[in-house]
Amino acid sequence: MSVLVFVEASEGKFKKPAFEAVTYGAKIAAMLGVETHALCIDEADEAELRSLGDYGANKLWFVKNELFKNFDPLVFSKVIIQAEAQTNSDVLVLIQSYNGKAIAPVLAAKLRAGLVSGALDLPRIENNSFLVKKNVFSGKASATYEMHSAKKIISLMPNSIIPEKTVNNVELVELKPEIADTDFKIKIKEVVKASGTTTLSDAEIVISGGRGLKGPENWAMLEEMANILGGATACSRPVADIHWRPHTEHVGQTGIAIRPNLYIAIGISGAIQHLAGVNGSKVMVVINKDPEAPFFKAADYGIVGDALEVVPKLNEAFRKFKLGN
Amino acid sequence: MKILVCISKTPDTTTKVSFTDNNTKFNSDRVQFIINPYDEWYALVRAIEIKEKSNAHVTIMNVGGADNDVIIRKALAIGGDDAVRIDAEADDAFFVADQIAQFLKTEPYDIVFVGKETIDYNGSQVGGMIAGLLDLSFISLASKLDVDGNTATLERDIPGGKEIVTVQTPFVVSASKGMAEARIPNMRGIMAARTKPVKVLPAFASERLTSIKQYALPKEKAGPKMIPSDNPEELVMLLHNEAKVI
Repeated sequence: MSVLVFVEASEGKFKKPAFEAVTYGAKIAAMLGVETHALCIDEADEAELRSLGDYGANKLWFVKNELFKNFDPLVFSKVIIQAEAQTNSDVLVLIQSYNGKAIAPVLAAKLRAGLVSGALDLPRIENNSFLVKKNVFSGKASATYEMHSAKKIISLMPNSIIPEKTVNNVELVELKPEIADTDFKIKIKEVVKASGTTTLSDAEIVISGGRGLKGPENWAMLEEMANILGGATACSRPVADIHWRPHTEHVGQTGIAIRPNLYIAIGISGAIQHLAGVNGSKVMVVINKDPEAPFFKAADYGIVGDALEVVPKLNEAFRKFKLGN
Repeated sequence: MKILVCISKTPDTTTKVSFTDNNTKFNSDRVQFIINPYDEWYALVRAIEIKEKSNAHVTIMNVGGADNDVIIRKALAIGGDDAVRIDAEADDAFFVADQIAQFLKTEPYDIVFVGKETIDYNGSQVGGMIAGLLDLSFISLASKLDVDGNTATLERDIPGGKEIVTVQTPFVVSASKGMAEARIPNMRGIMAARTKPVKVLPAFASERLTSIKQYALPKEKAGPKMIPSDNPEELVMLLHNEAKVI
């Protein structure tokens, strides 16, 4: 028995969600008294691979194969199942990322394993029940799932647990899956990426604007705030619908759901659908000229005032703070 | 070309969520149910658009009880040609996916559409599971889809951008925002939907791999700390010293 964690690297480097997932897997392994294995299919050098050991992986399986620059959930699942068989894993941990969302259900079907997607917390084992908590109703509530299958798959919501370092020696093992070019039925033609900016789903600080900003020309001050704090910008649905901002920035129930450490909502009233996409934020600041705006009820800090007057002053204060630190 | 669009029934987006029976059951009292927005706005409408261009046949698929016929008729009013309802409670993603997969074994389709997730259980599981059970290609979180003969070109969301991919039919696709614009059914569609065939099938033998043991509502916040608008420095200090997020 063991726990197997599937980690993803981005351009050869692991990001925080990978360390969170290994920490999470190692804690489950400790609970069950078994070993923690990690599997990485992406390109990453030895030092980078070894860094996963610091978070509790006993054995790290890596695949060196150019073919895996392509992404096909069927093929990725095949490799994970090969590692699962070699490590005799009963619990598999993935990250609830774009690719994780694609792989986990395919893998679950193939292994006839129960899947909890977007776990928020470590599982609890009570009277032989294996219980995992996740958000439901787009964050309006949470639910504790009981997993009945022998094999269990959990995909961990990023920013849900804190990565923890331990002293540990990790053993690196190369996995050589028998995969051919023809196994990839999905062919990548082109990758279009916005460069240089922090991606919204990775950002730890998000500055978001709504109709209270009165027009797209006023977004410069939000971008400025995002620059000062090292965050990303976002917007409410109406703003995306009237094309003040691109749809890729729309956060909410039908847009992107985000879980940053700090969410600053400016000129957004806080409709229930918007809250559903941002209520996973650790700290929320609301700036709105209407003291009755429903968003204030969900906020940790609030300022009543016109965005166009408050934001420039706040930017000045943030800038002074950053200079002083 | 045969297209299957899987729809799920979810509470309306404005629903105030509550639970009964000691927080073990969703309280559906006075809740308005709708077609899951991702299934309707993007998956279904895109399927109809393909049908309008290429003479495809669009079947609506739903796993659920007889009270789901309301949303099935709406999907038919938007433009589905016929529907299949598998008469079983949809309370576990694997069970639902297995029902649809077993149906597809008896009647193959070229494209199977699902929404990227339901807005109630947010699992994002059924589409990938159907693909896994039938060894079909699965393109998740697609915001664009065009079909030319047996080849489809899709745009798929990736961190900070898009990936443009091609795949041959048959495949399963999960639709995200952008794939189509929501449509409102017109009177002609609503009238036509009344007589479109809805086949009801008994449940296939399968199993449920998960169940919900307990729900919880988030803790109410105590209310925000208000900061005067002429003192933004105070907010900066609180974010640094108290919240420790900057």
